[in-house]
Amino acid sequence: MAETTDLSKGLPSHPERATLEGKNKFLGFWVFLAGETTMFATFFGTYLGLRNGTGSGPEAADIFSLPLVFIMTMILLTSSLTSVFAMFAMKKNQFKKMKAWMWVTVALGAAFLGFEIYEFVEYVHYGLGFTTSAFASSFYALVGLHGAHVLFGLLWISLLLIRYRNSGITLTNAPKFYVSSLYWHFIDVVWIFIFTVVYLMGIGG
Amino acid sequence: MGENLSQPFEKSAMTQEEMVKINREQRIQTIAFAFMIAITLLAFIAVGADVVPGAFATPFILGLAGVQLFLQLFYFMHLKDKDHGWPNTFIVSGIVLVIPTIVALMLLIGVTKY
Repeated sequence: MAETTDLSKGLPSHPERATLEGKNKFLGFWVFLAGETTMFATFFGTYLGLRNGTGSGPEAADIFSLPLVFIMTMILLTSSLTSVFAMFAMKKNQFKKMKAWMWVTVALGAAFLGFEIYEFVEYVHYGLGFTTSAFASSFYALVGLHGAHVLFGLLWISLLLIRYRNSGITLTNAPKFYVSSLYWHFIDVVWIFIFTVVYLMGIGG
Repeated sequence: MGENLSQPFEKSAMTQEEMVKINREQRIQTIAFAFMIAITLLAFIAVGADVVPGAFATPFILGLAGVQLFLQLFYFMHLKDKDHGWPNTFIVSGIVLVIPTIVALMLLIGVTKY
């Protein structure tokens, strides 16, 4: 490592992959994301198989509200962009800027989660409990799993930001921030398919 | 090397050339974001305002989701950059597995049995 990376000139242009540990984190995280992709596929497949099994409960088109889903989508998409900006700041060794963009990402993620909780509470008021129908169970399992991922991402990124609040960008924390931003993009990727397959197809498809 | 791992740096080692490149990259990412917003709007309008006929709506919005998946993975997650051969291999393997998984589950549980 010391042979390949010259540290005397300052922070390397790819600090997240300047050490062997960073490279391993980066590779290992992509393996994890491939596994997550497959796991979400099973939840999507189950939902698609069961989505017409509404029994006597409410149907998708009765309860879904497009404006709310649209706002949630915009919030999550924007948070994806802010974490991109944070990573650019990290590569340029702009620690304050990176922290600021990361906190914006966390704030947007929290707003998203708030809307999702509000949404689920509304649905329960409409009579859609977890065990109401096959549609209800598979819907809550899929969207709830995504929500759990958002919550985990929020806690993860906040913890990193708090722990490294004064440390500057180092070769130890750069891979951690980078990997957490990859995770955040992945959450957004899953949401693209949730809003398309669950909400838009539920209403119009 | 060990003691350098938790030390912050005074400056970035990037050359002027690399700086120009990364700033251009950042502009490209912002444009990719604008595209994503436009695609999302298109999908919501197609369904919300019923502008696309019923049978065509589903493939249309799925296609838009595919475009957005591409933009996220290759631009925001940097899969298009060099040194991303293995990440590409992993994620493409994952996506290849997704299709038979979803089709199999739909056919197994979705046709008659609920």
